[in-house]
Amino acid sequence: MTTTTSPTSTPAPTPAPRVVPPTPSSAGSAPGFASPLTETEIAVLRRDFGILGSQVNGHPLVYLDSGATSQKPLSVLDAERAYYLTENAAVHRGAHTLAAEATERFENARETVARFVGAQPDEVVWTSNATEGINLVAYALSNASLGRGGPAAEALRIGPGDEIVVTEMEHHANLIPWQELAARTGATLKYIPIDDDGTLRLEVTAQVIGPRTRVLAFTHVSNVLGVINPVAELVALARAVGALVLLDACQSAPHLTLDVAALDVDFAVFSGHKMLAPTGIGVLYGRRELLNAMPPFLTGGSMITTVTMEKAEFLPAPQRFEAGTQKVSQAIALAAAVDYLTAVGVDRIAAHEAELGQRLVSGLRAIPGVKVLGPGVGHERVGLASFDVPGIHSHDLGQFLDDRGIAVRVGHHCAQPLHRRFGVVSSTRASTYLYTTAGEVDEFLAATVDAIAFFGAHA
Amino acid sequence: MSSGELQGLYQQVIMDHARERHGFGLSAGAAAESHQLNPTCGDEITLQLHLDESGAISTLAWEGHGCAISQSSASLLSDLAAGLSVDGLSERIDAFRVAMRSKGTIEPDEELLGDAVVLGGTSRYIARVKCAMLAWVAAESAIDALHRP
Repeated sequence: MTTTTSPTSTPAPTPAPRVVPPTPSSAGSAPGFASPLTETEIAVLRRDFGILGSQVNGHPLVYLDSGATSQKPLSVLDAERAYYLTENAAVHRGAHTLAAEATERFENARETVARFVGAQPDEVVWTSNATEGINLVAYALSNASLGRGGPAAEALRIGPGDEIVVTEMEHHANLIPWQELAARTGATLKYIPIDDDGTLRLEVTAQVIGPRTRVLAFTHVSNVLGVINPVAELVALARAVGALVLLDACQSAPHLTLDVAALDVDFAVFSGHKMLAPTGIGVLYGRRELLNAMPPFLTGGSMITTVTMEKAEFLPAPQRFEAGTQKVSQAIALAAAVDYLTAVGVDRIAAHEAELGQRLVSGLRAIPGVKVLGPGVGHERVGLASFDVPGIHSHDLGQFLDDRGIAVRVGHHCAQPLHRRFGVVSSTRASTYLYTTAGEVDEFLAATVDAIAFFGAHA
Repeated sequence: MSSGELQGLYQQVIMDHARERHGFGLSAGAAAESHQLNPTCGDEITLQLHLDESGAISTLAWEGHGCAISQSSASLLSDLAAGLSVDGLSERIDAFRVAMRSKGTIEPDEELLGDAVVLGGTSRYIARVKCAMLAWVAAESAIDALHRP
């Protein structure tokens, strides 16, 4: 059996996970058409995730919080360790051999991640996380609105009378930066409402997106509802009025085949830690001509051409948005994570999670009193489900599940307006990933039934 | 945490108070009021101190929503506060906080805290301490408001 690379070996391509890729290749097929991972395949790949073998409160860990952060396979951890053991040097500033090699590995990581999402390498900007990516765009537009960036940035200016559009299902990271941009520029923030089943109200969207819309920012997949939004329809509406489109891909890049070029969005963001990589690394994709027209957000070393005591000129993207020492080991580890996901097959992961999502929803709907947020059984969704049990607070339910070693998210999942929309303060969310088994979902469902009995007796 | 400990965390007294909340309902004429929020879950409480002629607490009233721990904690605090001097309540809030921050190493003082000692087990679950403390922080903030000119 393949194990892991020796940390002292010369840097080699990330070892493939112990899953045999499907044949014939299903690359390019739409999610849902690939064959789901088999139980045997999952059992084998779970050995790459040491933490999944641990015990919590005397029970085997059932980790159903991958929507918040995923677990990490050995190949990712080893890639980061190997970098520090054998290659560590400052990138883009050293002339010695080690520095040149580190720079090459760093840029190779960019290429790997770019290929994964259908982008060109110079359209991939490293950020700390997706939240920083959204803030980067918002602040760049803000700086353009202040007259920075010269003639190239003039078309990016936003001011009073202009409109920024988001949706009612955004998590705070894709809402607050736009609220703040609107406040700084005098623009108006509008939102696309959702239906009771948690889908966007497309029939009113055309009225929300109008001739004054300058930016449309929306999530590809809701972190609470699990719904997959119709990107093509929304992009078409934005294109018709000349608005920029930012796609929040936090919950899609790890779980679905993502092709930013095919989706025709201007920007997209995602986080490494939700897709098997470490924390501290995220990606901003931006169309080349847009990134190069945008004034920088953070300024300083490594992003300039000529500097005098009075002013500076900036490098083209992506370097113009990568001021200071970069997240080198995290970027290399993210590339290792991408290699892992690619070897398993993202379309197969998507098919597996689609099954788990249906299992979650049908199982929860079968429990009396449980109110599932988002679309019901049969409707396309990713492998997560949030729900409310009237009379039982999510913290209490989460505590009961934790007692059985089952880790779920409780609270508002950084989406307060969405919870308010459904008349609940908080909910419980179970979220899966490639390593989640159907048995774990069943265990969670059974424990939820028991929790309702435990608290219901007193309710 | 074993299931036995889960039973310990959710003792019958706690479940009873969560179901039948003492002091629930705000009214006019409060000497001080405070609103507190737990940002991680969105739970909130509005708490009032009503004083009698001697300056003692006649009623600690509150409204809010949250988990069983937070609701029972507010209910138990309401029972405890009635009849205390403002300084006496402050002393008990301090004692409760010390116990809650102790990670289970300090048994709350029953002389001082009465039935609220049943919340002592909460201190072993760091994530839940904020739930138990919400009402007590609100009471402390209301006392601060009383002392402000």
